[in-house]
Amino acid sequence: MLNNYETVFIMTPVLSDEQMKEAVVKFQKILKDKGAEIIHEDHWGLRKLAYPIQKKTSGFYHLIEFKSEGSLINELEVAFKRDERILRFLTVALDKHAVAYNEKKRVNKAAAAAVEVTPAEPDAVNS
Amino acid sequence: MANQQNSEIKYLTPIAVDVKKKKYCRFKKSGIKYIDYKDADFLMKFVNEQGKILPRRITGTSTKFQRKVAQAVKRARHIALMPYVADLLK
Repeated sequence: MLNNYETVFIMTPVLSDEQMKEAVVKFQKILKDKGAEIIHEDHWGLRKLAYPIQKKTSGFYHLIEFKSEGSLINELEVAFKRDERILRFLTVALDKHAVAYNEKKRVNKAAAAAVEVTPAEPDAVNS
Repeated sequence: MANQQNSEIKYLTPIAVDVKKKKYCRFKKSGIKYIDYKDADFLMKFVNEQGKILPRRITGTSTKFQRKVAQAVKRARHIALMPYVADLLK
């Protein structure tokens, strides 16, 4: 039975851009190979940490929301633990309220983006 | 007798017992169902200056949502969106 999960991980800031992308792609591949379905991805980029982790005060945040079997989570977390580029990770199971919340937030963001993109023409029908 | 006793004490103005503002759970009232652990500035409302989680008697949230808030704050702390200890957080 496919459950909804959401994982956030922080990558060390010393990575160059393509190293960071390569790390992200590596974890996407792990998910896809094991038959998970990635619903949404979000890259927060470089952010300041609230407290230093491994003597670093900032990190690249990346979020992946996916649907998968329960057994896949263990393998994913082993991969996270092994990869030394990852400072910290958190995988969370999403219940129906959480999924609805994420969905609604994406819709709002899309709507906001839409309004931003076409501010000129007056939106005759505002939904 | 008792009545006559307490009628002896006369106050110029009746002592205003601190009228207790009816506390309500903001989540039930506004119908929030899920507290997102990634939304740090929303969670800051439930944390005092030192970064500690505020007790229910101050925020007035119901038991169910206080547990959700506590879990969300702990998750936010784990991924370094919120500090474990801080001074002058706000």
